[in-house]
Amino acid sequence: MASAKRIIADLELYGRCVIRGRTYFLSALISPLIMMLAFGAIFSFFSGGSSGPISVYLQNQDNGQISTQFINALNSTGTLRLKSVNKSENFTQYLSAHSASEGVIIPVDFSLDYNETKPVNVTVYVNPSSSSSAVVSETVNGVINAFNLKHYGGSPFIGMSQTTVNPKVHKYIDFLVPGLIGLIIILLPMEAIIAVSSEYKKTKLFKQLSLTPLTKAEWLASKALWYVFLGAISFLEIVAVGIFVFGANISLTVWLIPFLILGSILFAALGMLAGTLTKDPEAANSVLYIIITPMMLLSGVFYPLTSLPTYLQYVAHVLPLTYVTEGLSAVMIYGNYMQATLDIAVLAVITIILFVAATKLFKWRED
Amino acid sequence: MMPVEVSSVKKSYGNLKAVDGVSFSVGKGEIFALLGPNGAGKTTLIEILEGLRKRDEGTVKILELDPWENSNLLNRRIGVIPQSFTFMDEATPKEAVKYYATLFGVSVDPDEISKEVLLEDSATIRYKNLSGGQKQKVGLALSLVNSPELLFLDEPTTGLDPNARRAVWEVIRGFKVKSKTIILTTHYLDEAQQLSDRVAIMDHGKIVAIGTSDEIIAQYGSGETLEIHGSDKLAAYVKAHTDLKVEYDGKGLIRIVLNQKTDAIDALDAVKQSGLDWGEIHTHEDSLDDVFVKLVRGTMDEQGEIKTAHDNNTSRSQGRR
Repeated sequence: MASAKRIIADLELYGRCVIRGRTYFLSALISPLIMMLAFGAIFSFFSGGSSGPISVYLQNQDNGQISTQFINALNSTGTLRLKSVNKSENFTQYLSAHSASEGVIIPVDFSLDYNETKPVNVTVYVNPSSSSSAVVSETVNGVINAFNLKHYGGSPFIGMSQTTVNPKVHKYIDFLVPGLIGLIIILLPMEAIIAVSSEYKKTKLFKQLSLTPLTKAEWLASKALWYVFLGAISFLEIVAVGIFVFGANISLTVWLIPFLILGSILFAALGMLAGTLTKDPEAANSVLYIIITPMMLLSGVFYPLTSLPTYLQYVAHVLPLTYVTEGLSAVMIYGNYMQATLDIAVLAVITIILFVAATKLFKWRED
Repeated sequence: MMPVEVSSVKKSYGNLKAVDGVSFSVGKGEIFALLGPNGAGKTTLIEILEGLRKRDEGTVKILELDPWENSNLLNRRIGVIPQSFTFMDEATPKEAVKYYATLFGVSVDPDEISKEVLLEDSATIRYKNLSGGQKQKVGLALSLVNSPELLFLDEPTTGLDPNARRAVWEVIRGFKVKSKTIILTTHYLDEAQQLSDRVAIMDHGKIVAIGTSDEIIAQYGSGETLEIHGSDKLAAYVKAHTDLKVEYDGKGLIRIVLNQKTDAIDALDAVKQSGLDWGEIHTHEDSLDDVFVKLVRGTMDEQGEIKTAHDNNTSRSQGRR
């Protein structure tokens, strides 16, 4: 049976030692600030361009052949990767629920109106601050012009109207803030726990602790709590720099708390699990970078997940950090609480699995 | 039932038999020393007894519990200083004692425990700034937090200077006064002799001798001998003119085994009658050191630490690098 007293005693002594060790503690406090200032300064000049096809949701409300030709024409540009949305869906809500800002609606009777040379409008959903939205808009407009030219000699019977999912205008910095919070949530506990685990194994401190009533689960819980605390401080630093230095437009709600807590526990457990692999602190660093590098690059830290190729989006959803950044973005940018709930549920399951696995597989004693 | 009962315990790592069929028991209030050179299997054995390692074969009962199966129950009743004791660098001894007290759910006065292990002057100094001896005393202090019935001290003075070693001995003698049962491993002969009631000498995973120092000397020693510095001719003369057992070491030393007091007179008469030259004459009785060196086929360095032939070869080859 886990003892809160033992967890708190371990947390208290570990925290005190970390604070006294000054260098690590100060760098843990300063690194989120430096990271936010550096990445904020670099990326605030960009607005999130994409090198591959842009994922765009498309709802075809028409039943005719012309709309099919129109969709084929959009596909043949190679610029867009169309994702079909069922007619019965409320398109605006659908985009919001998928944390997407770009989409196209082909209206009812599009083919009929086209054949009868009646004016008809294709609706394009864009994010005005995003360069990818500009590409989407220009691509759709190009196809419309081609259709108008081919059948009406250039007369603009097919028009285009633009709208946005979210009345708020988002800049790249808005995406960067949740991404960097996610990065800190993975870096702080994993880096420390892998290092501490390998050091405690090497110095045999784990053996000593195994001779006390302290359990591995209690030890891990106390470390996780410490990194929840450090993660919360880092969160405040990143948000403060994001808002006051770079003018980030993000929402701060209680929905963020589960991500901070679950993320810190999850990555503390993953750190302990990785620590089972080695007792050499240098090898531990290599293990750390093997684990975090794919997550840093693929989990939506520096750009929205939707800008990745489809197969990489699937890969990203195998990585636990994705659910942290996706959930934080859903809450802070889109107000998409359905997505956030799903991400919290997935994180909770992964956290429980990793926590149990870490405490079972990590050995304090030797067979 | 004895606090420690060990029967036919074996533990191997691949082809290496670290512990090879060891059996012994330790009585309440006894200080029992496991003595042996590096690699003899002492630490593996003591870690099996502490519940830190799983044995391959045999039975172990510590305070009537199986240490591997019942480690959670046993931990509350034993105190342990593992080999190369260490703690969190930034914590003070006082904080360490408080931390252990909370883990064990006991109420202790850190100042009192610090005093008991002669650490009261260093109780608020961070662990990383303590000397080697003080660090070992922190280990001793922590092993006492739960008022253990049985203490395991695994090489508690290895690497310490002579003063620090003596200071740790003082603390261990204090435990003895309080009738605590202690199992101690060491590769220092003087430590085993100074502190323990009984000694088990381990070599290559086996116990090669067990008992009090006197019992081991009586059983494995050569008894009393008369040693005469002289030539091989003198040795041959004494051998030919008495019924005594005479050995010549080839380097000018004649050893004559004395089974009774009058054997010495017979030997000296023969020496006088020979008319040959002779030098220093004295009697010699084997010490635990002699027996130990004989049993583990090693030598002893200036600190009293046993070195086997393997250790000597290793240190020579390291010296050449």
